[in-house]
Amino acid sequence: MAVVFDRPHALIDVPLHYCPGCTHGIVHRLVAEVIDELGIEGKTIGIAPVGCSVMAYNYFNCDMIEAAHGRAPAVATGVKRADPDNHIVFTYQGDGDLASIGMAETVHAAARNENITVIFINNAIYGMTGGQMAPTSLVGQVTQTSPYGRDPKACGYPIKVCEMLSELVGPEYLERVTVNNVKNIRNAKKAIKKAFQNQIDGKGFSLIEVVSSCPTNWGMTPKQALDWIESDMLPYYPLGVYKDRSAQKEAE
Amino acid sequence: MADKILMKGNEAIAEAAIIAGCRHYFGYPITPQTEIAAYMAKKMPKIGGTFLQAESEIAAINMVYGVASAGKRVMTSSSSPGVSLKGEGLSYLAGSDLPSLIVNVQRGGPGLGGIQPSQSDYFQSTRGGGHGDYHMIVLAPASVQEMAELTVKGFELADTYRMTAMILADGTMGQMMEPVSLDIEVKPEIDKPWATTGTKMAREHNIVNSLSLVPEELEDLNFKRYDRYKIIEENETMYEEYMVDDADIVIAAFGIAARVSKNAVDEARKLGIKVGLIRPITLWPFPKAPFKKAAEHAKAFISVELNMGQMIEDVQLAIESKCPVTLCNRAGGMIPDPAQVLNSIKEVNGGVQ
Repeated sequence: MAVVFDRPHALIDVPLHYCPGCTHGIVHRLVAEVIDELGIEGKTIGIAPVGCSVMAYNYFNCDMIEAAHGRAPAVATGVKRADPDNHIVFTYQGDGDLASIGMAETVHAAARNENITVIFINNAIYGMTGGQMAPTSLVGQVTQTSPYGRDPKACGYPIKVCEMLSELVGPEYLERVTVNNVKNIRNAKKAIKKAFQNQIDGKGFSLIEVVSSCPTNWGMTPKQALDWIESDMLPYYPLGVYKDRSAQKEAE
Repeated sequence: MADKILMKGNEAIAEAAIIAGCRHYFGYPITPQTEIAAYMAKKMPKIGGTFLQAESEIAAINMVYGVASAGKRVMTSSSSPGVSLKGEGLSYLAGSDLPSLIVNVQRGGPGLGGIQPSQSDYFQSTRGGGHGDYHMIVLAPASVQEMAELTVKGFELADTYRMTAMILADGTMGQMMEPVSLDIEVKPEIDKPWATTGTKMAREHNIVNSLSLVPEELEDLNFKRYDRYKIIEENETMYEEYMVDDADIVIAAFGIAARVSKNAVDEARKLGIKVGLIRPITLWPFPKAPFKKAAEHAKAFISVELNMGQMIEDVQLAIESKCPVTLCNRAGGMIPDPAQVLNSIKEVNGGVQ
């Protein structure tokens, strides 16, 4: 009998530690499927962040490195430059990691158009440490460190990473996707595949922001969390392509 | 004998790194070591290497972490305030057992301090520099020739023991020019089967990681790392002795302080005072044995340092407090001259008699 659905080879067959309803599992699978389809597992090196996905190194079958909090783009820069022709390098980072403590590394890797792929999980909260306010937490969002709701007078406004980076000349490709329903998951995979293909083609820095859910720390059921993405996250974080230098060039 | 060329200490480090096979340099501008970056910026593109001016010291050390993970020789250089910023990365490099070479051309501190020579990062370097239980191999050159030779040696030690080697120089060493021979033997690089270079679908995946959430396992990793440190202490300690055999007074000094002290030893000997000098070349591991041996006949020790007295603690430990240790020092970017050291010797000698 023909196998029509299987675990991607790039994803190791072990139980994931993520909470029920967390979308990390979906995104892990999408990245692994793309690695399989592009046939790049043997030359891929993944960089795990500090945060909920810190142990991603146990899940991906390719070589993996665990970086210090926020430093994944700098580590990826080193790995890529160590052997640019033979290394495919991706980072997998959350919002605290990428947009708070590691903002400098993110911006400068993008500005250099470093030929790497960044998978950015934006779930508007610090998950691993128990649900603190993130740089992407929405105005009014209740977290452990914004118990009365995020007050922009005291802590400013959530950072729109794709929009911000799109102002840089450097980066090749920036797209925001989400994984709250089947259609969106399919789009997310397309974006992730493009981000890896860009690297293979030597085009440079590609970042895919995946608007994700955290039912545990949002205090919702998995279904409510997916609905909240639609009702609250996406109006502030609109999906779409924010930069595509190659397409821009072709258009010109 | 090989031809000698006149070079600045900082340039000698950079050229020696290239000789050692280092093709990846990441740095951030800071006085008094920027010549290293400038040299690398010029040379690396011509030899297929990477020079990258990082956005910060933190990024630079993490780029080092990336190249080291991929199993290639890599370095960064900085000066005191910059090395503090690298502290996080140094700890992660240690926790992940990655080899790298870090250069600290020290300047006076604390804080932004000044830009003149100092040895005030002795504690920071010999005790690790970042959080957690770990050491770096700390090499202290006292000439431009040693800047070059210890750089090559540092890469080799780092690879052998899978840890960071630090060149702990000071502004004088970095800035002064001396004739140097670059005819330095480089041993063949060893295999790094642990490196993350891609599985090529031919092996299990490699993981470079410093996270270990099970305390029993993390303890075990720490114990094993310190077993390795013990081997280094036994096999890799380096020092120079000068007129120690019959000495009543023994000076401890490294780097530029040792050169100043050597002059003072010569002057004191002319006056009939039996003085010797032990110059640690490895600050970690600290050469305890020659100090312990000297304490069998010496009546007093003097630690000459460009700081408020840091190595003096290691001297006291090494001689097991058998006799008094006096500090002769300048700080904040000042350097003791031979006359100050000679005065210190005379004062101690008065006490000894």
